[in-house]
Amino acid sequence: MPAFILVTVLTALRVLSRNRLRAGLTMLGIMIGVAAVIALVSIGQGARAAVRSQVASMGTNVIVVLPGTTTVGGVRGGQGTVVTLTVSDGLELKKRIPLLVDTGWARRDVMQIVNGNRNWNGPVNGISPGYLKIRDWTYTSGGPFTQGDVDSAARVALIGQTTVENLFEAGEEPVGATIRIKNVPFRIVGVLTPKGQSAQGSDQDDVLFIPFTTAERKVFGSQFLGAVGALFASTERPEDLPEAVDEIREVLRVRHRLQPEQQDDFTIRTQVDIGSVQEGTSHTLTVMLFAIASVSLLVGGIGIMNILLVSVTERTREIGIRMAVGAKRVHILMQFLIEAVTLSVIGGLIGIAIGVVGARLTTIVAGWPTVISADTLVMAFIFSAGVGLFFGLYPANKAARLNPIEALRYE
Amino acid sequence: MGSLILCDDLWKVYRVGHVTVQALRGINVAIEPGEFVAVMGASGSGKSTLMNILGCLDQPSRGRYRLDGLDIAGAASDILADIRNRHIGFVFQSFNLIPRTSALENAQLPLFYRGLSLQEQRAQAGSALERVGLAGREHHYPTQLSGGQQQRVAIARALVGSPTIVLADEPTGNLDMESSREILGILARLNRDGMTIIMVTHDSEVAAYASRQLMLQDGRILFDRATTSHVPVMQ
Repeated sequence: MPAFILVTVLTALRVLSRNRLRAGLTMLGIMIGVAAVIALVSIGQGARAAVRSQVASMGTNVIVVLPGTTTVGGVRGGQGTVVTLTVSDGLELKKRIPLLVDTGWARRDVMQIVNGNRNWNGPVNGISPGYLKIRDWTYTSGGPFTQGDVDSAARVALIGQTTVENLFEAGEEPVGATIRIKNVPFRIVGVLTPKGQSAQGSDQDDVLFIPFTTAERKVFGSQFLGAVGALFASTERPEDLPEAVDEIREVLRVRHRLQPEQQDDFTIRTQVDIGSVQEGTSHTLTVMLFAIASVSLLVGGIGIMNILLVSVTERTREIGIRMAVGAKRVHILMQFLIEAVTLSVIGGLIGIAIGVVGARLTTIVAGWPTVISADTLVMAFIFSAGVGLFFGLYPANKAARLNPIEALRYE
Repeated sequence: MGSLILCDDLWKVYRVGHVTVQALRGINVAIEPGEFVAVMGASGSGKSTLMNILGCLDQPSRGRYRLDGLDIAGAASDILADIRNRHIGFVFQSFNLIPRTSALENAQLPLFYRGLSLQEQRAQAGSALERVGLAGREHHYPTQLSGGQQQRVAIARALVGSPTIVLADEPTGNLDMESSREILGILARLNRDGMTIIMVTHDSEVAAYASRQLMLQDGRILFDRATTSHVPVMQ
């Protein structure tokens, strides 16, 4: 059997190389189909990977608890219009839920920030140290402030890349410099590593972090102490998120003395929710592109079937000879199937090459991110072999069912 | 029972539209190992039909056909393919070599379907080509060979699997006088070496090479006799 397959493949290659133009035109359909699948799937996967990395840049396994809304005489206010979350809520979550690795809180306001003769209007965040860990912030120079800084309401700040660019000369070292917010001087202790755009499109590097206590007492002012803009928490593994969310809801409902019929006065979100919406969108795109590409594979397959039917007719006499010297039906069937698969696999390989180059060009020319995974290439290969097998079956079966006497007499 | 070929009341009936054609009407014949039989008759006499049945390419409508002790009538197509592969070597009027395929590969073909290793296929096909005087032409394509040489490749292909019988269907029909003599000489020599040969021909001079002549007419055997003159007369 190995000798049979080897010889049959070589025969198929010889037959195809004899009709190069015909073989090339036949393969064109498969080639275009496979190239389209590879290029489009790569673009789709590139888009998904981009979304995923944006989501990851917000910190992984993160849970965000936002304050609820007011309802005054049936008119509902927006999110955060009422203070329902406090620092003590955060401390309670930390104490009661062992599943949470880190907890933190933050409050933000947009303020004028001044450095010498430059100034910038940007968001100022009063945060607890836990927040920095949860959001995975790292530093290009300097480092984070400590619990001690928070406890003593120290005037220290961490600065994002965009804010640095707006407040400092190029090449000027921000760490150690003093800036002013509402005339309160702050010493910069760390510069944050850039994270780029968030999944929502906002610039994550346009930030200034100061200790929560400092913000509350010296910058923002507060109606009542301990009110936070949002609570943050993280778990060890993403699988733990749903359970952690349930526990947080329970603890907060008890603390807020909510009756069973009352709605939550807070909203819990996870990065999974945020990411899945956008991944869903690009997944739909991938499926659509795949459907379009499949149509061209179908067309390519029909082309192969057509040319194989021609080949069977042309070689009727050869089939008769082979049968006369002892070829069984399965031998003839295999011969034409192998020919079909050889044709489609060569077309598929060329298509893969074109698709990979196409995806690379898309990245270079249009700047779209593309991801070419081994899975996609293997799938494309299997698909093209499958197309040959499927569309070769009818002509091959037709050849195998020829009557040897009539085949030998065929002119 | 001892006969190599035993035909017992063979009938072949075709239906062409509403007309039934009786191509064979009760053929009874026994052929012993080592015989050289010429099957003769005008076109439409049923000799091609008989040849197809003897070659296991076709099945009789009625009657029994035993080849080397095997019952052929009623066998499945894959079993027939196997019997053709092992017991029968075909030589056709129009050579029937596979185009754009070397002499050696053409001669290998029966062994290829028998599943032999490539080395064995090549070795045996090479010696078969040697037996028909084509040593050195192994890698020629059919188009590079004369008609006589092509027919010799076909004979090599028929011989290569050491079949029980060689069936030659008008083997000289497409050849000039000299090539015909060459081919018939090879067949006669094979027969002297012990090969059983059945040859279809309408030419009595060609039939003279055989040791026994079977004349068909209208699907029946008209006569079955030993060749009188063993010395062929051919200019």
